[in-house]
Amino acid sequence: MDAILLQILNGLDKGAAYALIALGLTLVFGTLGVVNFAHGALFMLGAFCAVTFNLVLSSSTKVRDESVTLFEAYKEVPILETKFPNIGPVILDYSIPLSIIVAIPFMLMIGLLMERGLIRHFYKRPHADQILVTFGLAIVVQEIIKHYYGANPIPQAAPMAFAGSANLSAMLGIGEGIVYPWWRLIYLAFSLLIIAGVFAFLHLTTFGMVVRAGMQDREMVGMLGINIQRRFSIVFGLAAVVAGLAGVMYTPILPPDYHIGMDFLVLSFVVVVVGGMGSLGGAVLAGFLLGILQSFASMTEVKSILPGIDQIIIYLVAVVVLLVLPRGLMGRKGVMED
Amino acid sequence: MNKSATSDWLLFLCFTVAVLAMPIWLKPFGADYPDLMQRFAIFGIFAIGFNILFGLTGYLSFGHAAFLGAGSYAALWSYKLLTMNVIPAVIFSIIIAGIFAFLIGFVSLRRSGIYFSILTLAFAQMSYNLAYSVLMPITNGETGLQLNLADPRILDRAAGIEATNSLPLPNIFGVATTGMPGFYFCAVILIIGFFIALRITRSPFGMMLKAIKSNQTRMAYTGFNTRPYLLWAFVISGMYAGLAGGLMAVTDPLAGAERMQWTASGEVVLMTILGGVGTLIGPVLGAALIKYFENIFSSFNKSELQEVFAFLPEGLADIMVSVSSMFVGKSWHLTLGLVFMIVVIFLPGGIMEGVRRMGRMFGIGKAPKEPLSVANTQGSQANG
Repeated sequence: MDAILLQILNGLDKGAAYALIALGLTLVFGTLGVVNFAHGALFMLGAFCAVTFNLVLSSSTKVRDESVTLFEAYKEVPILETKFPNIGPVILDYSIPLSIIVAIPFMLMIGLLMERGLIRHFYKRPHADQILVTFGLAIVVQEIIKHYYGANPIPQAAPMAFAGSANLSAMLGIGEGIVYPWWRLIYLAFSLLIIAGVFAFLHLTTFGMVVRAGMQDREMVGMLGINIQRRFSIVFGLAAVVAGLAGVMYTPILPPDYHIGMDFLVLSFVVVVVGGMGSLGGAVLAGFLLGILQSFASMTEVKSILPGIDQIIIYLVAVVVLLVLPRGLMGRKGVMED
Repeated sequence: MNKSATSDWLLFLCFTVAVLAMPIWLKPFGADYPDLMQRFAIFGIFAIGFNILFGLTGYLSFGHAAFLGAGSYAALWSYKLLTMNVIPAVIFSIIIAGIFAFLIGFVSLRRSGIYFSILTLAFAQMSYNLAYSVLMPITNGETGLQLNLADPRILDRAAGIEATNSLPLPNIFGVATTGMPGFYFCAVILIIGFFIALRITRSPFGMMLKAIKSNQTRMAYTGFNTRPYLLWAFVISGMYAGLAGGLMAVTDPLAGAERMQWTASGEVVLMTILGGVGTLIGPVLGAALIKYFENIFSSFNKSELQEVFAFLPEGLADIMVSVSSMFVGKSWHLTLGLVFMIVVIFLPGGIMEGVRRMGRMFGIGKAPKEPLSVANTQGSQANG
């Protein structure tokens, strides 16, 4: 029982990342009709936002080390701690969540730049071309990051308060000894919040209503005198922000390196296709579903019956779903059906 | 018809001469060493095969590396179990990759467009992951499959050829296929592969594939069942990939799972697009160019760059060195990505399209027919 609960948690956690990336992918696809292979790079850029923010905050000066009395020793102390002895260490400790503040405008800018600069020239071109050009862009972004940050993963620490694990059994009174890392729980909550935010934005605001109308029938909305293109561009920026935030918060779980985006992208595409191209709910559902399936497949009990299943489960599910349900789990009628 | 047949033979003749004379005309470029030329030929074969699928039918597969890997493993097992002669190894790699392609193609071709791409990608990733885990006995996982002194090599032993104390080399009836003999072996196969691709393109079967690309629905309405044609195209192109994988094992008897990773599939896509989708020469050209520049760019290092920019004033030279160091050495992929993007954006027909445009500028070549995209470009020479 405990093992199952734990696997569900693990799956939800993994699925949260898939769902966030897939959400952005499908949002872009549903609005602009563009297959964006560079979406993984946006996730990666978000993660490196956090890394950079942390680097800037912890830029340090040399300070006389008082604990060494025999000779003059110096130690590196972050400027923040010397200038603001009270609040400095706290800010430094919370650098990951704080970097969200930087990441939002940065990712929005990157997203708008990408859409205006490159993607908009590809609306009328076939999907193969869109895949190819964004694939090229992903390589470029990846290599630039590699040039400046090196090829090795850069570990990031979660805030001290959340570094440990939560004893869920004691807190909720279920099972015995279910212990789970705090930060992963926070990631799960955070992604649920973001997902809810995106849905609320699309369903509760006028802007979102127009966007949804545009997804249904772009031409009609245009005829009503609404500049739907501009709104779709903003939606692209929004998708970039979602991917970026997913990346920022994921850094304490998995140290980011330059190809983290590509690793997630391939899986997220599978998630989008399983959920149904252009379906937001489908992407979220499929993300969590595949995450849970994957974590169950990696249980030793399952692996002893079907060796290697943990390696291929996601792809296997994708193949089956694509063949049985051509539209994916929740695909809309008429969207990319061939 | 007669005229085009003549021009085809001319094209084939030029191609043959150009490939066989590579050691001569590549000398000024500093690319005349066997290792690199072998790669030109091998990846040329890979790209030709990929083009039969993507160029003719428009189906973009993101999983061709799986066949490359399968071919390599098949060749290695032929060395281990049967003989170090490369002929059976190459034949096995083609057959195994063909069977593999048939299975994957049978399932993947039920869908088209991006779904087809995702399905092939999924299958390739599955093969890659399995090669690392469950299929360890066949693939030897992360270490890669290697030759061993204690391998059975039934045919070799029956013929009385015993490996003494060093590992045997792959050979063709006694001539080791490393170095220049290896290059000539690959080159001859490349020429044969090119000839077959040429015949396929000009055949009724090739016309059928192009018709599928231009309008599959209409094809279906005229009473054709398009699926068998697509499946054959997929299998043939998988066989080419397997052949390329087998040749990799011919020149260097090693097989690793990383050959199956999806980045390897991406590479062949880059080669084909760069050279020119749907053209015959384009993919070979793209493969050779990418491998050549990979070789040149990735060998540059900082001190060499400093020499290059030494003529500039000091401050400026430093800036130039730090800027250009982004594009060479380990990060040469940045250059590749940029060039690729530029090609897709401005020259969807690749280098061959560029050549044609140049030709048109000087008043020769065919009537202008503006291509709209990578997926549409080869319509202009469908009857060429």
